[in-house]
Amino acid sequence: MKSIAAMAALLLASTSAFAAVHTVEAGPNAQERLQGALIEAEPGDTIEIGAGRFELTDGLSLDVDNVTVRGAGAGESILDFTNQVGAGEGLMVTSDDVVLRDFAVENSRGDGIKSKEADRIVYHGIRVEWTNGPDANNGAYGIYPVESTHVLVQRSQVIGASDAGIYVGQSQQIIVRENMVSQNVAGIEIENSFNADVFENMVTQNTGGILVFDLPNLPQMGGHSVRVFNNMIQDNNTANFAPEGNIVAGVPAGTGVMVMANRNVHVFENVIQDHGTSNVMLVAYTESFDDPNYEPTIRDVVVHSNVQGRAGYAPDFEGGEQLAAAVGGTLPPVLWDGIGTGIVVNDEVPVLTLGLTTPGQPLTQAQPSMAELASETPAASPEAVVLPESMLAAIQ
Amino acid sequence: MTRALLALFGWLALVSASAPVPAPAPVATDVIMGDTLPRSLSEFRFFTDGIGQTPNARVIGYDLNTPLFSDYAVKNRFVYVPEGQTARYAESGVLEFPVGSALIKSFGYPADFRDPDSPVRWIETRVLLRRESGWVALPYIWNEDGTDAVLARAGRRLPASWIDMDGETQEISYRVPNQNQCKTCHARDGEIALIGPSARNLNNGQRLAQWVDWGILDRAPDNAPRVPRWDDESDGTLDERARAYLDVNCAHCHNGSGSASNSGLFLAYEESNPVARGILKRPVAAGRGSGGFAFDIEPGHPQRSILLFRMEARDPGIAMPELGRELLHEEGIALIRRYIATMENQG
Repeated sequence: MKSIAAMAALLLASTSAFAAVHTVEAGPNAQERLQGALIEAEPGDTIEIGAGRFELTDGLSLDVDNVTVRGAGAGESILDFTNQVGAGEGLMVTSDDVVLRDFAVENSRGDGIKSKEADRIVYHGIRVEWTNGPDANNGAYGIYPVESTHVLVQRSQVIGASDAGIYVGQSQQIIVRENMVSQNVAGIEIENSFNADVFENMVTQNTGGILVFDLPNLPQMGGHSVRVFNNMIQDNNTANFAPEGNIVAGVPAGTGVMVMANRNVHVFENVIQDHGTSNVMLVAYTESFDDPNYEPTIRDVVVHSNVQGRAGYAPDFEGGEQLAAAVGGTLPPVLWDGIGTGIVVNDEVPVLTLGLTTPGQPLTQAQPSMAELASETPAASPEAVVLPESMLAAIQ
Repeated sequence: MTRALLALFGWLALVSASAPVPAPAPVATDVIMGDTLPRSLSEFRFFTDGIGQTPNARVIGYDLNTPLFSDYAVKNRFVYVPEGQTARYAESGVLEFPVGSALIKSFGYPADFRDPDSPVRWIETRVLLRRESGWVALPYIWNEDGTDAVLARAGRRLPASWIDMDGETQEISYRVPNQNQCKTCHARDGEIALIGPSARNLNNGQRLAQWVDWGILDRAPDNAPRVPRWDDESDGTLDERARAYLDVNCAHCHNGSGSASNSGLFLAYEESNPVARGILKRPVAAGRGSGGFAFDIEPGHPQRSILLFRMEARDPGIAMPELGRELLHEEGIALIRRYIATMENQG
């Protein structure tokens, strides 16, 4: 008991007693002043970014634990990287317990905001935007937490990313909620990650809406336990503008949700509609790979209780049109490659299987047919992700 | 006039006879080990002159078999180990330096690279201080007259220009890294680590033994490993020299516990997994850094290899390394092009 009191006192001392607020205003020499504040911050401090446009030439970075970076609003405090000449991203965070909120990053040459090995990071009320709209020359990821435990991205907006608007990679215990993502190649992508809840997001006008992927040859593989629910996923038909070579360059325009090479993924209670290729696509990894530890198939993927609208009227993959013609003019809203176990679709919509049997098999060997994937005993849903109280308290 | 000169000579004779110039105060080990961030480089007393050319006692200059390319800047490297202590030899990785040690590296450009006597204008000096808590990295920028350098934790851009080996004038916006950028390259599992001074990159046949003689290294085995000089064809095979180049220029981030750990592309000299080395490895988070190509290295096809594409780029969203390179390293590019071109096509 005594030790708890002592610890509480210590915590108080470390968070409030010495916490300072450093305000940085827009204006000349913004680069050095803002970067200086980020470097000189002490744990517990807040960096206030004033309203206005900060003209920046190099990436910014934060490497101090327990710092809040707070602007006057996503439309007010704008970190403008239009004239960036150095570094791979706009803002890079490499420390734990950081809160980023209420500011915008525009036109960074590479990624917008990246956080790496940054546990318990919070993105709240952030906007990352490439202001010229979809363009292969835009940076890859808007909001990009990677290799982190406990990630919260909420009430943020990403527009124009040439890969994924919100991309969470090689992380675990993740919540992505109440965001708006549009005009990206992928709206939201959860990749090589464990335990993610993606809900109440507005996902429109991307190439593909929400992707749950796993890729080979990476330090963390075996993505699993992802719930995608209560999202509005609509009209993701933007032509794919990702540079070739990237995995998302192969995502057909007009894809609502795509699950690839993952286990225990539940897609439910979403509205998914107006997708030229498919509302829900369930597939194995198709490229060749050399990695004995990688599992390319999907397992225990459950789709239920979604409201599904129009789909399959403009399939954006080779042979798609012929395939659609063969099954009555449009593709059914759910498309499965035919590979994997425990695949359940309880939505009352038709499902087309390509009838493939091994990952990487060419589409020319497809034997398409309608599939019956309903089941009364689907795999149990993953538990809800619970984040530490401190993360939620930080944005009260 | 004559009398004045005579008086001066007399005074000079007096001082030189009776009071020899006192030895300069030794390196301020207490400042290295302290918890302050000194405002001026001179507070460490690494050098006995202002401009950082004449090292103090136990400050020893060195170079590496294969150095990092930094926009053709010339570099002066020094190591300091406190009296009575030695660094510990390590066969792999960097040497282990005792608390109180420092590594000092100055960056600058001669006015004319064709003229070996051309004076170097030193821009900045970066120090790594070994404190009880670990390494601390600090960048210092030289003042105009070169008498001292001042701490610049947030970094700075400064104009730099020179005449290159072909007689062309080069001008760049030279980036002095900020303190976090120091760590971007010097990170291992989130802590600051050394990059250059490994036994294999220091080992030129004599240096390790010299360091033992000078009392700054504990031992120097005869069979210490060695990486070749990347640009000396007589010093190693093409494969060895390319690996050495990629190790020094890329592997500080591209290793399993470095800043690019999430890429899965690992370029350390000893990395043996071909996919991890980039061979037929697909990009992960490259964005437009992929250049539209499918593999980091496609054996036999340098022009279709992402690794070379990014070395040949100047756009900050594409260029690799991400920090400290604005110009293309033509000679390094040529080496890696040959390395990929001569690889057997395994696809």
